[in-house]
Amino acid sequence: MRGRTVQAGFNFEYIMWINTRISGVALIVLAAIGMASALYLGARTQMDLPTLMRWTFFPNPNHVVNSNIPDIALGWSNGLWQVMQILMVFFAATHAANGLRTVIEDFIGQSIARPLLRGFVFSLWLFFIIVAIYVILAS
Amino acid sequence: MGITRSVGFFQGLKYQGGGPMLAWMFHRITGIALLSFVGLHVLSSFLMQQLGSDFATTINSLYESWGFQSVIIFCVLFHALNGLRIAILDIWPQFLAYQRESLWLQWFIFTPVYGLTIFILVQHALSGG
Repeated sequence: MRGRTVQAGFNFEYIMWINTRISGVALIVLAAIGMASALYLGARTQMDLPTLMRWTFFPNPNHVVNSNIPDIALGWSNGLWQVMQILMVFFAATHAANGLRTVIEDFIGQSIARPLLRGFVFSLWLFFIIVAIYVILAS
Repeated sequence: MGITRSVGFFQGLKYQGGGPMLAWMFHRITGIALLSFVGLHVLSSFLMQQLGSDFATTINSLYESWGFQSVIIFCVLFHALNGLRIAILDIWPQFLAYQRESLWLQWFIFTPVYGLTIFILVQHALSGG
C-alpha cells in the first residue's frame, strides 16, 4: 500500500502541522480571555448565555445588541476588542483552512488536482480573512 | 493514494478502533460542521450588513434558534477539548500510553460543561427567552 510521500525536514506540511496545534490552543486561550472579560464587564447580569457564547467566540458589538448592556460603545467596541477579533479571525481561518486541506487531501491523495485544490483552499482562507476584517472594522 | 483501496465505507466502519476512532471521526465531522457554519455566517453577516439581504437575515435568524445553538456548542466544545487532548499528546508523547484514560478525562470534562450549558440555554429559551 503506497502511502502519501512526505519529505523529512521543514516543509509546508510540517509547518502547517505545528501551526494547527498553535492556532488551536491560541483560539482556546482567546476564547477564555473573551469569556473572562465579558463576565468581568458585567455579562453575568446583562447577557444571556447565547450572547455570552457569541461574545466569547467573536467579540463583536453586533453580537451583544440584544442584551441588557447599557453602553455598547464604551466597554465593548473599542480598539482592544478589534485587535482581539482580528487575531481570532486570523487563527480561526488558518486553523480551518488547514483542516479543510487535510480532509481534502485524505480523499484525493496524490492526484493531479492537488495544487488546484490547495489553491482553492488558500483563496477561501484569504477571502474569509478579508471579509471578516472588513466586517470588524466597518461596523 | 486516496480512496483507491479496496475497503468500502461500511466495511471500514466495522474497524474496531473503539473510543479513539470515534474521537477521530467526531473531530473531523465537527471540524467540517464548524467551518461550514462559520463560513456561511461570516458571508451572511457581511451580506446582511452591506446589502440588507433578506436571505442573509433569514440564515442568521436560523442560527439564533436554541436547537441549532445546542448543536453548535456541542461541535465547538468537542472539537476544542479533543483538539486540546491531541495537542497535549503531541507535545508530550510519553502520555500516548494513556490514550484511553485521556479520552475518559475528556468526556469527564465535556459532559458536565456541555450538560450545564445546554440546561441553561434550553431552559432560558423555553421560558420566553
